[in-house]
Amino acid sequence: MTRLTVKLLGMILALVLSIGAGQGAWAQEAPAVDRTSTGGAQTLEDILRRQDGLKVDDSFRSDNIGDPANVAGENGSLGTLGGVSDSELWRAYRYGELDQLGDLRVSAKGPDGTGDVTQVVIQDTGMAWLEFRKGPMKDYGGYLLLGTIGVLLLFFLFRGRIRIDGEKSGRTIERFPSIERFAHWLLAGSFMLLAVTGLVQLFGRFFLIPLIGHEAFAPAAIAGKWVHNNVSWAFMLGLVMVIVFWIAHNIPNKHDLKWFAVAGGLFSKNVHPPAKKFNAGQKVIFWGVVVLGISISVSGLSLLFPFELPMFAATFAHLNDLGLPQMLGFGELPTSLQPHTEMQLAQAWHTIIAFVFMAMIIGHIYIGTVGMEGAFDAIGSGQVDEQWAKEHHGLWYEEVTGKPAHDHHPAE
Amino acid sequence: MKTMFLAFLAIVVIAIGADQALHSAGFSIEEVTSAPSVRLD
Repeated sequence: MTRLTVKLLGMILALVLSIGAGQGAWAQEAPAVDRTSTGGAQTLEDILRRQDGLKVDDSFRSDNIGDPANVAGENGSLGTLGGVSDSELWRAYRYGELDQLGDLRVSAKGPDGTGDVTQVVIQDTGMAWLEFRKGPMKDYGGYLLLGTIGVLLLFFLFRGRIRIDGEKSGRTIERFPSIERFAHWLLAGSFMLLAVTGLVQLFGRFFLIPLIGHEAFAPAAIAGKWVHNNVSWAFMLGLVMVIVFWIAHNIPNKHDLKWFAVAGGLFSKNVHPPAKKFNAGQKVIFWGVVVLGISISVSGLSLLFPFELPMFAATFAHLNDLGLPQMLGFGELPTSLQPHTEMQLAQAWHTIIAFVFMAMIIGHIYIGTVGMEGAFDAIGSGQVDEQWAKEHHGLWYEEVTGKPAHDHHPAE
Repeated sequence: MKTMFLAFLAIVVIAIGADQALHSAGFSIEEVTSAPSVRLD
């Protein structure tokens, strides 16, 4: 049971990260090890492999649970001892094989009457989670962020700043009223704080401790944790406000297809597909923020109130009902998880979502600041130049002013 | 830009408020993870 959970944990995390076969420690097969020198116990090679985060075939341990039938003869000198030593008994306990030693079982069950409480006493999934957190999660997450920045840098070198093609009119119209800008900045400001403090929690020990030392890092990390925990409420409030204010404007429509057809004019000058208040690219960002924001909030709440709000067993049950994991060859996901496994999955999921979220927002920040002339005004002062509005949101401009955006529909 | 700074101020106020509220509601980690037999201070 325990090994099954460890395997499942690994598979789920690997699935979410879309790590293909042959990549990462998860997919590597453990080589056969000659253990004659230790009489079948673990060898130096096993220890070194584990320290390197490589897969270790621990069947030498999990199968070594003694045999009640090996009991010494009743009249022999060791006749009072059973056939299973203490170590063997605990191994059987750890690997969920107590029942193989006769009529042995742990009477306590999980919260739903099933499950195996031995997993709480000897917690195998903790190691899998730790290895994943300091291995693939940190590495691939870091690559994703650096890669995103690299792509944007290339885009900037290739395209430069997207300028207003026509003459600026000097007249402005209101794009976002102050309450909408307030919601945006409540969400954006809290997101930045959460992103920075979250990154410090994950990467701090690798990058900050060598730089500033343990003495300075410890209070910084504690302060970061306080900020991360408490700023989360502002994030959730901002998320709700943004959804309420903007969801109606982000329903997909036929103009979005035109926008996608010319890639929003991002790669070419003088191409301005028609758009209402939000263009298709902004809609992608909006729905990304909604989906990722809700997911990160729910998993965050699960972490803020440890063991109070488990969510993965229930989610897995829904996924099983949909048949999704079975379709992908993972079989049925476990619907009874130990409390600490719930927390480990919540932490892993929270961080994976955070990386995708950060990568997306880096792109959003780029196009909203250096990437496009006039874009920041929309959410900074709320006032945009009429020419900017005509070019980037022609249909919205017509709606608001009642005037035609005339010759700025080249995609039509 | 005033609105932006107002929102940033709101983040600080909400964070301090949340911390105070959760502590007074008995959600501090000390209280949640200890029993009455544990002396916290």
